[in-house]
Amino acid sequence: MSPYPLADNILTDDVEKEPTRAGFGRGLKLASEADENIVALCADLTDSTQMSKFKEAFPGRFVEIGVAEQNLVTVASGMARAGKIPFTSSYAAFSPGRNWEQIRTTICLNDQPVKIIGSHAGVSVGPDGATHQMLEDIALMRVLPNMVVVAPGDSVEAEKATQAIARNGKPSYLRLAREKTPIFSTNESPFEIGKAYVLREGKDISLFGTGTMTYQLLIAAKELEKHGVNAEVIHVPTIKPLDDETILTSVRKTGQAVTAEEAQVAGGLGGVIAELLSEKLPTPLKRIGILDRFGESGSPDELLEYFGLTGSKIAKQIQSFVDQAAQNHE
Amino acid sequence: MVKHQSTIIELEHKAYSLREDLIRMLEHAGSGHSAGPLGLAELVATLYFDVMKYDSKNPAWDERDYFFLSNGHCVPIQYVAMAHAGFFDRDELKTLRKLGSRLQGHPERTKLPGLENTSGPLGSGLSQAAGVAYAIQYLDKNFKRFVYVITGDGELDEGNIWEAAMFAGKYKLSQLIVFIDRNNIQIDGSTDEVMPLEDLHGKWESFGWHVQEIDGHNVESIRDAASMARAITHKPSVIIAHTIPGKGVDFMEYDYRWHGKPPNSDEARDALHKLRTLDGKITGEHE
Repeated sequence: MSPYPLADNILTDDVEKEPTRAGFGRGLKLASEADENIVALCADLTDSTQMSKFKEAFPGRFVEIGVAEQNLVTVASGMARAGKIPFTSSYAAFSPGRNWEQIRTTICLNDQPVKIIGSHAGVSVGPDGATHQMLEDIALMRVLPNMVVVAPGDSVEAEKATQAIARNGKPSYLRLAREKTPIFSTNESPFEIGKAYVLREGKDISLFGTGTMTYQLLIAAKELEKHGVNAEVIHVPTIKPLDDETILTSVRKTGQAVTAEEAQVAGGLGGVIAELLSEKLPTPLKRIGILDRFGESGSPDELLEYFGLTGSKIAKQIQSFVDQAAQNHE
Repeated sequence: MVKHQSTIIELEHKAYSLREDLIRMLEHAGSGHSAGPLGLAELVATLYFDVMKYDSKNPAWDERDYFFLSNGHCVPIQYVAMAHAGFFDRDELKTLRKLGSRLQGHPERTKLPGLENTSGPLGSGLSQAAGVAYAIQYLDKNFKRFVYVITGDGELDEGNIWEAAMFAGKYKLSQLIVFIDRNNIQIDGSTDEVMPLEDLHGKWESFGWHVQEIDGHNVESIRDAASMARAITHKPSVIIAHTIPGKGVDFMEYDYRWHGKPPNSDEARDALHKLRTLDGKITGEHE
């Protein structure tokens, strides 16, 4: 298999940055040019969720719902019944935060191809504070039968993921971030729903990241190399369905694993991989993310630092995990 | 058959034969809701056998009207009407609520062709119907199809209902026609005790809806109100249908304790006798 194409200069200060929601805005417009059944519904956050590009291009297919997230997804369910492919957008804290039961009954049990776009997920929303920093969305969405859950790693991948969920015929959740984050993938990098990708090969430990945390794992891996730890970095943009085979293949080689996400590890990527490994390949595992607490106000960078979610902080946590494992071995 | 027409007498008889099958299926199931479905018999009979366009042999027919049952717990009366309309065999009614049945305790679209939605948790059916009505009116620009909805009255406690009411009012969803089953009961007691709903008429009017109030057991009124609603342009329509919970079975009528339970075999025998004799007014009971 050919190596995953990474963008240039990604481990330098020159790395290009853009919010993942911008990639969604472009992807939705592209998908909608290809399929006239796509409609977009928003709950009073059209600009900040980047649905405005769609609205400008297809005003007749855009529906303003107002601040009513329960209505947002249930009207979308009805539109899907009438043969449309509805994209709904709001902040993740409100959708799927506010309207989980409606998503469960009228979209998942009802098996309608409604797309839930949860923007501004994670603590990096910043000064708005805990109410707006959605950390439980992955857990809420991944337990629903029929639901597909995708957290793109950067804006380029978000554009591809948006087009992919437009075509998959299933209820789907797309997790997006507010802040600019580094772009590590390229137009040539592969994206397929249900696939995980090895971004960096290594033999000592497997690092699994989802969403924008994957980039921080690349930074951490470089740091760890200096200390003689050769880490494999695997990007897991699709949390459901999970790419069991790619994950297990890596862990069979390395024998220890780490997960990283800007979300509650309970029920998040950490939970998902813990479930997989404990059943199929019991392995020492370190889960990095938010540990059973809420966020708080601060600047995005301060908060990522505070919660230990920067490359260097992650590297330190991994180093002590590796050291501990080595001690236990002796 | 896509166009259904019945005389007033035929619709009245149909409502009573739906009630008989309903009692039998609820007794057989051993669980389920009695009062609400009994009270909806005239409404459901009139919709399925006079008002709505559909083809029971081709449920996906692309010119059909849509029917959304928002208060999913009343689905037994819809199942009975669908069986009478030829969507499936009446024998299948005995499978209600049994393992492997297409007739789930609350309606599931993916299991039974002819159902348009999955409902049970209250308050979401109206929004789904509004989504279809929006798509018909603004995206497909088809003014020949209508979206019929039945909601309960207790269900109007849900915030989602009023979000949908605002939405339909804003977009003037004229293809949307909603019947409120105003039977004044919900699980914990009367709607007035649990959460007062009045002024219901004024509330819907202020949300931009065309409002009618009818006797929900008078099939002619139901038919006329539906005709009027179809003729109204630039507004969604709501028809407040005053009904008697448990209608047709005297010991169930008006009693909220019959909201969520089925008759046992003695009660079912008694109920069927009352239905067949119109509460003792006629003799010559059929089987």
